[in-house]
Amino acid sequence: MELLRINNLKTYFNISSGTVKAVDDVSLTLDYGESLGLVGESGCGKTTTALSITQLLPSEGSIVSGEILLEGKNIVNLSDTEIKKVRWKEVSMIFQGAMNALNPVMRIGDQIAEAIILHEKLSYKDAIKRVEELFQLVELEPKRISNYPHEFSGGMKQRAMIAMALACNPKLIIGDEPTTALDVMVQAQILNLLDKLRKELNMGIILITHDLSILGETCDKIAVMYAGKIVETGYVEDIYNNNKHPYTYKLLSSFPNIHKERVMPDAIEGIPPDLINPPSGCRFHPRCPYAKDICGKEEPRMELANEGHYYACHFGGVYNEK
Amino acid sequence: MKVIIMHAILGVFIMKNKQKIVSVTNLKVVFDIKQSFINELFSKKRKIVKAVDGISLDIYEGEIVSLVGESGSGKTTLGKAILNLVPISEGEVFFKGESVNFKNKKEVKKFRQKAQMIFQDPYQTLDPKSLIFDAVVEPLEVNNMLKTVSERKEKAVKALEDSGMAPGEDFLYRYPYELSGGQRQRAAIAGSIILNPDFIVADEPVSMLDVSIRTGILKLLLNLKDSRDLAFLFITHDLSLAWLISDRIAIMYLGKIMEIGTSDEIIKGCIHPYTKALLDIMPVPEVNRNRIRKVLTGEIPDPTEIPKGCRFNTRCEFAYDKCYVDEPELTKISNDHFVACHLATEDINAKS
Repeated sequence: MELLRINNLKTYFNISSGTVKAVDDVSLTLDYGESLGLVGESGCGKTTTALSITQLLPSEGSIVSGEILLEGKNIVNLSDTEIKKVRWKEVSMIFQGAMNALNPVMRIGDQIAEAIILHEKLSYKDAIKRVEELFQLVELEPKRISNYPHEFSGGMKQRAMIAMALACNPKLIIGDEPTTALDVMVQAQILNLLDKLRKELNMGIILITHDLSILGETCDKIAVMYAGKIVETGYVEDIYNNNKHPYTYKLLSSFPNIHKERVMPDAIEGIPPDLINPPSGCRFHPRCPYAKDICGKEEPRMELANEGHYYACHFGGVYNEK
Repeated sequence: MKVIIMHAILGVFIMKNKQKIVSVTNLKVVFDIKQSFINELFSKKRKIVKAVDGISLDIYEGEIVSLVGESGSGKTTLGKAILNLVPISEGEVFFKGESVNFKNKKEVKKFRQKAQMIFQDPYQTLDPKSLIFDAVVEPLEVNNMLKTVSERKEKAVKALEDSGMAPGEDFLYRYPYELSGGQRQRAAIAGSIILNPDFIVADEPVSMLDVSIRTGILKLLLNLKDSRDLAFLFITHDLSLAWLISDRIAIMYLGKIMEIGTSDEIIKGCIHPYTKALLDIMPVPEVNRNRIRKVLTGEIPDPTEIPKGCRFNTRCEFAYDKCYVDEPELTKISNDHFVACHLATEDINAKS
């Protein structure tokens, strides 16, 4: 069943030097219990897409056009009070470096209880009980709810943040680089936990990351973003084994693979473009090693490769043979 | 591509004839934990953290040795101790045969010219208000070398170009905010190589950078190693990066080396359960929906109370009686491969 559908979303930022087209015509869908990985380099619009869903955009930014349908209901034009009901109860977000978001002089249990009381009419005692359940869910000892943040390690703080995100039983969780600041071992623990919770609670998860290598085990679908646009989207198998866009290919091959021979992966030459004046035609063409004349002139349309697998490239898949 | 592999294989043979740059013997770094006044009065024993707890390691010229481990394993402390940036409690560090425990400031200054450090965050390394030129020539300034501007400029351009920022003149009079993350890290590297050091400690130099530019920086380090015969201590928590660029990898856990060997030995034939666990959770860009990762539970134990016996015993699934009593020594498995694990050494004893 469809949980989230984004249609032609455009989110722009008006700053003194012009209009930044941070998200430019993005469409995607997500079912209940499904996980989607949103990947791309810094500044490609991943986080802005997420902030558009929760409508937590900074004041310069606004949704210019497009629809965000949550369970079929468009949430773009909701008023402030209405959107507050959607946040936490329907959609919640785990931020990057969230462990630094905890208030250092307040007990962790109280911080989570505070969020629950704000959204649901519960007494403090019931809220604390709920926090204990949540702690069990994220594999923390319930008795530690009376600890302060400094008594928790980085991984435990991130677990507490996940508990907070789960507090009001949301249907959709957006994790914005939830494991970037963590150790490899803790990263694996957190990813396993998110996976377990998704299956148990039948939630949708959007995982935003620049690390394509962690998505192979944790996601069903992947959307690759470049310069404000989705350039390729499909099931994990499509993206990893049968990708049609040179950017996906280059991004994927910039990871070392310890199961294969020891070779230094290629870097992608150049830097992502300025989104005030994005390149004409295909936005990736200045950095694309396979670009031809047409790529600078005409913008490629989304083409269907097979069911659920779309790409935006004039020469879909042919580059592999070069 | 093949060249790199050849290089690694050759590297091991060539290394034997190379000069030792850094030699660490039984190094210990201990930090005191400050307790409240009352506790200090009444508690019987001092609370200490053994950040580095008895490490011996040699690094040869033109060699990259990686130090891999979780946060809190003491990787950075070891790097800093080698550079004489934290006080050494026990043991010794020799740099080109000379102990780095210098008594006067002049000697320290001279040593620092030859041993440098690259830090994790290029956004914090560079002063936002000073030009790239000033940041790159600062080491010359500190050491009173090349006093004229034109000489310094020439040197800065050379350092920038050697760090992959060509033409160097274009970058001299820019501010850090005008550069991308990768360029900033390159500028920081330019500053660290301007005095022609023999040894660099690179502390997670790429972990803040996007994947697409990581390899560029790694290639630069490899290049510097080859063209200048530079030795590196590369500190990282990412085993796959260590595998890509280093000649040897040392796995650290709670202040001790658990396993050390050539890159390929560690990745393809590691023996220590901790190394295996680290390898098992390495994300691999492959589809594997049913892969069940064996993730170690919990985190690295409190370094003020290091477990008795093998320090990994609290998280090791193979731990048996001996592991809770005796601390395993680093034991030779093959030429360059050493492991500190009772199980591994027993296997060898059984075979021989």
